Amino acid sequence: MEILLQQIINGLTTGSVYAVVALGYTMVYGVIQLINFAHGEVVMIGAMVAFSVITALAGSGLPPLLIVLAGVLAAIPSCMLMGYLLERVAYRPLRHAPRLAPLITAIGMSIILQHLALLAWGRNPLAFPQIIDNRVFSVGGAAISTVQIAIILLSLVMMAGLSGFVYRTRFGIAIRATAENVHVAGLMGVNANRVIAATFVIGAALGAVAGVMYGSYYGIAHYTMGFNLGLKAFSAAVLGGIGNIAGAMLGGILLGLVEALGTGYVGELTDLCDWPPAHDWLTAQCADGGNFVLFGSNYQDVFAFLMLILVLVFRPSGLLGERVSERA
Amino acid sequence: MKTSRERIGLALVAIALIALPFVLAAAGTAWVRITNFAVLFVLLSLGLNIVVGFAGLLDLGYVAFFAVGAYVYALLASPHFGLHLPFWLILPIGATVACIAGVMLGAPTLRLRGDYLAIVTLGFGEIVRIFMNNLSAPINLTNGPKGINRIDPFQIGALNFSASDTIGGLVFSGPIKYYYFLLLVLLAVIVINRRLQDSRIGRAWVAIREDEIAAKASGINTRNIKLLAFAMGASFGGVAGGMFAAIQGFVSPESFVLNESIMVLAMVVLGGMGNIWGVIAGALLLSFVPELLRYTVEPAQRALFGKLLVDPEVLRMLVFGLALVLTMRFRPAGLWPETRHRREMDENRA
Repeated sequence: MEILLQQIINGLTTGSVYAVVALGYTMVYGVIQLINFAHGEVVMIGAMVAFSVITALAGSGLPPLLIVLAGVLAAIPSCMLMGYLLERVAYRPLRHAPRLAPLITAIGMSIILQHLALLAWGRNPLAFPQIIDNRVFSVGGAAISTVQIAIILLSLVMMAGLSGFVYRTRFGIAIRATAENVHVAGLMGVNANRVIAATFVIGAALGAVAGVMYGSYYGIAHYTMGFNLGLKAFSAAVLGGIGNIAGAMLGGILLGLVEALGTGYVGELTDLCDWPPAHDWLTAQCADGGNFVLFGSNYQDVFAFLMLILVLVFRPSGLLGERVSERA
Repeated sequence: MKTSRERIGLALVAIALIALPFVLAAAGTAWVRITNFAVLFVLLSLGLNIVVGFAGLLDLGYVAFFAVGAYVYALLASPHFGLHLPFWLILPIGATVACIAGVMLGAPTLRLRGDYLAIVTLGFGEIVRIFMNNLSAPINLTNGPKGINRIDPFQIGALNFSASDTIGGLVFSGPIKYYYFLLLVLLAVIVINRRLQDSRIGRAWVAIREDEIAAKASGINTRNIKLLAFAMGASFGGVAGGMFAAIQGFVSPESFVLNESIMVLAMVVLGGMGNIWGVIAGALLLSFVPELLRYTVEPAQRALFGKLLVDPEVLRMLVFGLALVLTMRFRPAGLWPETRHRREMDENRA
């Protein structure tokens, strides 16, 4: 029972990070119906910038919270700039080209960003300096740390903020109108170029914070971290229904939970020794309390992908999404 | 009918290709090896070209099929399981297993749009690598991250591809023998590709690429034809993987990372999606340019700055990234475009 609770807590933590990154995918997709392939790399850059700033300030004697805040505040504009550049270089010039074209430029951009990060920060992961007093609380036998609480709360605040922005402000109306129909929105006086650029920039800003949260949860930031995180967040966005903001949040949290519970229990579930004896050879393997675990927790990264496949096969529109079909 | 001038041209190219390894061997055996890998990449690009170029399905996990072919070869011809089957038996097995993997990947994703396919294939490539990395327990299938070594080289009767033979004063080193074998395979693949392109299937692929709904309305069974593209592309990847394992003598999950898929994609895109000759040229260009950079940039940096600032490996990936972005921006149909594809791409740019 403690394990279950612990995995739920861990799942909520990673899930809220996935949800925030997934918002970046889903907003861009909602407006231009294209996947922002390089979003994961933007998140990575955010984590790297923040970690550099935090490491540089770690010895300065400033209060730890202020240092982390400085790191986040440095990461946000860097990522926003990155998101804007991405839109200008990889997407805007190819808006009327075949769908394959912007995808390919975005893949190119993500490779370039990844290797520029490698040049700037090197091959070794950056470690999060030990400045925060990470207290651990016990909840019903499971542990929850201050970092985890902070991540979950901050994610909720950002999700609420974004919802407020999209559903309550004038610019939010413009975004939703553009998502509905670019041309008609243009006729109503919406500057489509600005809206599209804004979705990239807003997604990148959220991604910057998500990158810092993810990095501080695992204690490291690495130039390859954007790939896996991006893939998972994308799966989360699809799970919730891509293009749908509430869907991305739901999908992120669900995916985090599935991954944590899957990783926690897959070893037990696939231990053939716990299954009815099938073969003499297997029984011999299990003698003396032995195990025969088919898939252990090292398959952690597989769950998101399996989830993605299952959603695509059984409910391609996602949990909350509208019907996705080939556009004529 | 071919004119006599064309025949002479073809004969000259053939002679040049036959003489090439000896010229390269004079510069160092390393260059023969580099050429062999370039030809392997040409094979991979031609395989991916079927999926991306002909059928317009963006596959970012193509290296998974290469990996499947390589591991099939490694498992069936190495001391790992004590199996030592001949290569002419393993290569078709590898192609078949890769083909099945291709269909397994294609089937659940075919109803979906191109960008979903890209992400799913990307994830698929990663999953295959995770399995290769972890299938060392509870039963040791793949030997995990350590990989499988001491893989058998090709062997035809007494002719061993890893040893040197001297015939009539010419030294046929191992890489040179592989070169000729690769050349033969390449020739076969080119012929198959050309025939495919002009066939009913090839035209159906192009129709799907241009407009799937119209293709369906014209009576094309889009599901089967798309699956066929995946299966064919995957089989070519499987064959190339088998040869890679034999030439290298060693396979590990390290060789099959996402960057490899991106490299092959960049070759197809740069050369011109859908055009066989363009793809070959793109693959050769992107195979040799990074090698040339390796031999020039590294000494140049050491001479100028006294130390290595930019690792050639990083530079290589930057070249691939730039190739993707710049081609799409300025020459979207590739350096040597297929006529119809160029029309399509230009039309949409206007």
